[in-house]
Amino acid sequence: MKRTVSTLGVAALAIVLLMVAGRSRTFGAAVEDSPAVQVKIDNFVFSPNPLTVPVGSTIRWTNQDDIPHNVVSDDKSFKSKALDTDETFTYTFTKPGTYTYFCSIHPKMTGKVIVQ
Amino acid sequence: MSGKAKDEILHDHNHDGIDRRGFLKCMAWAGTGAFCVMQGGVLKSYSLSGLSGLTAKEMKGELSFVQISDSHMGFNKPANTDVAGTLKAAIDKINALPAQPGFILHTGDITHLSKPEEFDGVDQLLKGASAKDVFYVPGEHDVIGDDGKQYLERYGENAKGAGWYSFDQKGVHFIGLVNVMNLKAGGLGSLGQEQLEWMEGDVKHLSKSTPIVVFAHIPLWSVYPEWGWGTDDSAQALGYLKKFGSVTVLNGHIHQTMQKVEGNITFHTAASTAFPQPKPGSAPSPGPMKVPAEQLKSLLGIRDVNYVQGKHALAVIDSTLE
Repeated sequence: MKRTVSTLGVAALAIVLLMVAGRSRTFGAAVEDSPAVQVKIDNFVFSPNPLTVPVGSTIRWTNQDDIPHNVVSDDKSFKSKALDTDETFTYTFTKPGTYTYFCSIHPKMTGKVIVQ
Repeated sequence: MSGKAKDEILHDHNHDGIDRRGFLKCMAWAGTGAFCVMQGGVLKSYSLSGLSGLTAKEMKGELSFVQISDSHMGFNKPANTDVAGTLKAAIDKINALPAQPGFILHTGDITHLSKPEEFDGVDQLLKGASAKDVFYVPGEHDVIGDDGKQYLERYGENAKGAGWYSFDQKGVHFIGLVNVMNLKAGGLGSLGQEQLEWMEGDVKHLSKSTPIVVFAHIPLWSVYPEWGWGTDDSAQALGYLKKFGSVTVLNGHIHQTMQKVEGNITFHTAASTAFPQPKPGSAPSPGPMKVPAEQLKSLLGIRDVNYVQGKHALAVIDSTLE
């Protein structure tokens, strides 16, 4: 019984801490996190392409076609599932380099991200 | 150009009753339904309205089958919000054919997203077809996310590799090829070395008089590489078929009928049962073409193929779902 009470106490404290953390994160978001860079997939084309971003950037691909596409890096370092209409895939680039990718369903669709 | 002059044969170089203009006319009819007879690698064409002049014997063969393609079960966008309904209409059309086909070939994109319930939906509808045997090859939409594992579990029992196989029916040798796996960035459809070697061995011992039917999802001829409508290593595969007098290649993928003759090989692409796609280069992309609802069924269809033994003739009839 005692154990249950203490567990509850810990849980309550954790919830409070999470709420505080959540608040500070919300307030600090504009400073700490830059929003994802958008790449749209439209008419079987990735755009913008090529795309240059700073290290640490997150890119969000959004499929605007009526046909599914995916985003697969040539070296398989990242690979999305098939994105149906309006579905998105995000990936954060933590190392500088040139990343080439394509849609493995429609391999004529290719793209490049340059991370500096 | 109008009236009778349109149907005159102007350049009958091969004395086979067809000139280039006649062949192009066959291509033009294909979208709305055409009856084509292939003899020695050359097509003879008739409009569907002219079929009454043909005898039943000319229309029927020793072997007949139907090709359907690109059912895209699961697709629900404006280009066709009822792909199950149009597949059902295609099956009704097959069941209403005057001569019942021996079997059905499905040239891929059975599903839209490779979901189990999409495969199940097509299987269920095809149980309503009079022809019970269905032979499949996968489209790129059937191998999404699992490199074709589910496709192989469902349809690959007698297949090799990624799902290729061959079989014989009444003297005709059928070869089902897979060109939607391991696609490379910037490339087209791909057969791959393992499959090519298998194919070379598969046809090596056949007599050159054996009629050959090859079927695969992505066209095995260069329809429009800018849109990925071709197969990188198809020339090698077709090279193995040079010795045969009669080779017919059936593909899907481009959601419209198209035909081409090259030497001993006649190429056909089939209409989709789900939605049409634009003519090569006529739109910014090969995405689904939205047409007024009342036109949709005129752009979808099935293909009925008849083989007459001894004549080396495969008669190909494309009909719309209307």
